[in-house]
Amino acid sequence: MEVLNADGYRSDGRRQFELRSITIDLAQHGAADGTATIVHGLTKVFVSVLGPREAKLRSLTIHDRANVNVEVNVAAFSSGERRKRAKSDKRVLEMASAIKSTFETIIQTNLYPRSQIDIYIQIIEQDGGLLQACINGTTLALICAGIPLVDFACAVTCGVYANSPILDLTTLEENDIPNMTLAMLPKTGSVNLTAMESRLHVDRFGDLFEVALGAGRVIHEEMKLAILAKSRMLVAEMKTIGWGEKDLVD
Amino acid sequence: MRPPSPSIVEKEFLYNSLKESLRIDGREPLEMREPTLSFGPELGWVECSLGKTKVIAQIEAKIVRPPPERPLEGIITIHSEISPTASSEYEFGRTSEEEVTITRMLDKVLRRSDAIDKESLCILANQRVWHLRLTLHFLADAGNMLDCACLAGIVALKHFRRPEVEVIGDEITIYPPSERAPFPLAIHHSPYCFTFAFFSDATIPPVLDPSQLEQRLSAGVTSIALNAQKEICVFQKFGGVPLLPKDLLAIIDIAVAKAQGLHQIVENRLKEDWSSRTVEFR
Repeated sequence: MEVLNADGYRSDGRRQFELRSITIDLAQHGAADGTATIVHGLTKVFVSVLGPREAKLRSLTIHDRANVNVEVNVAAFSSGERRKRAKSDKRVLEMASAIKSTFETIIQTNLYPRSQIDIYIQIIEQDGGLLQACINGTTLALICAGIPLVDFACAVTCGVYANSPILDLTTLEENDIPNMTLAMLPKTGSVNLTAMESRLHVDRFGDLFEVALGAGRVIHEEMKLAILAKSRMLVAEMKTIGWGEKDLVD
Repeated sequence: MRPPSPSIVEKEFLYNSLKESLRIDGREPLEMREPTLSFGPELGWVECSLGKTKVIAQIEAKIVRPPPERPLEGIITIHSEISPTASSEYEFGRTSEEEVTITRMLDKVLRRSDAIDKESLCILANQRVWHLRLTLHFLADAGNMLDCACLAGIVALKHFRRPEVEVIGDEITIYPPSERAPFPLAIHHSPYCFTFAFFSDATIPPVLDPSQLEQRLSAGVTSIALNAQKEICVFQKFGGVPLLPKDLLAIIDIAVAKAQGLHQIVENRLKEDWSSRTVEFR
């Protein structure tokens, strides 16, 4: 497959550094404390956050901080061919554990001792950048649930084709070229997660890293806009039921 | 059963000594424990230890019918269950988080990185291929079982030789080692895994090849698998302390140097072992 044609276009008509369109929906769903649906091109992930609440099992409580529990469910219809994944699939378990350890350091867990925060992730459509969508969606859902974070976690997938970096890969591209998922904290510019599974020469790595960090900042802007829009809407609604500016300040 | 978390005294002592770049076992922060490789009587049986961490890797080859979607490729499966033998932390039948990490990492390092040429394991297209089964036995956990298991796995693959096979028409003849010299596997490159532990206190430098206590008290680990040709095969940092990009790039440089050193050690040990074996063929 030709990843980048002679005119510099990719198979879906994007340029090398172009991200897929991002759609964020932060509408409330059911009993969850915070929910987010994030769409990166044809990848769609729904995240709901419950908690902080009392841990279901006493053994899961940690005396000085909250326990973060992540469950990932891949819908059977999410990929090209219908396939039911077992709950014990190692790939899914690994992804859940990666997300858990990413957010354990981002959530201020020490504010909620002896409690539990549940993060349920539903993968509805998948077309590359799965981990990226899960991390971005979880950040948004946690913010909607009002859980204090130290920073956003902005994840992005990037790959290398013929010595040049490419951003936000689709499944076709992911299967073809070496790629990496990276999650960064935009405030400090530090990196919280990197996951690379394919062979790449060390000399190519630096460039890839730089480009991915830049893209992380772009995704951060998108996420911030969505959060601000949601907050504005909430504030407007609070005013309609008689909350004044004074109440909001307190 | 989860072992009790380290005592406050132990914790303070470890942190304070690490701040002065001293490790409890006397190593430098970026020094690996010297790997010890011993080979069994059979080809493809390796016992690898890093300090007191010990893993046995063993390879068996069977001839099977290939799955219809991949008629030209051999099959490699990796079995890595951690039994309570290694440490009381692990339980029978329950997959611990550690086991998921190790299993997936082995899969990425040894299988997905295309270290073994799978097509060379094909005997007769659509009919017969080799099925390699790599089994890892975790005997003792004194920290960093992941690197030890990856090293054991790749060394076992390099040490293993499969019986010579001849195909005439549709007829397959397998020659026992006594008749024809067995054949080494076609290996494209040998990835080695290195694990660094980071601590939440920024004044503590990262340590390579953490011991069990260091691993338990660390605030996250980063694993890099690369080969002597400077190709990164896996670069994995799941959570833990956020690191600045320059720090991450610095540890990659360290790993590059270490991989070349380790490759030399492995090659020398394999050569030594091979020269001490008499392979008879008439």
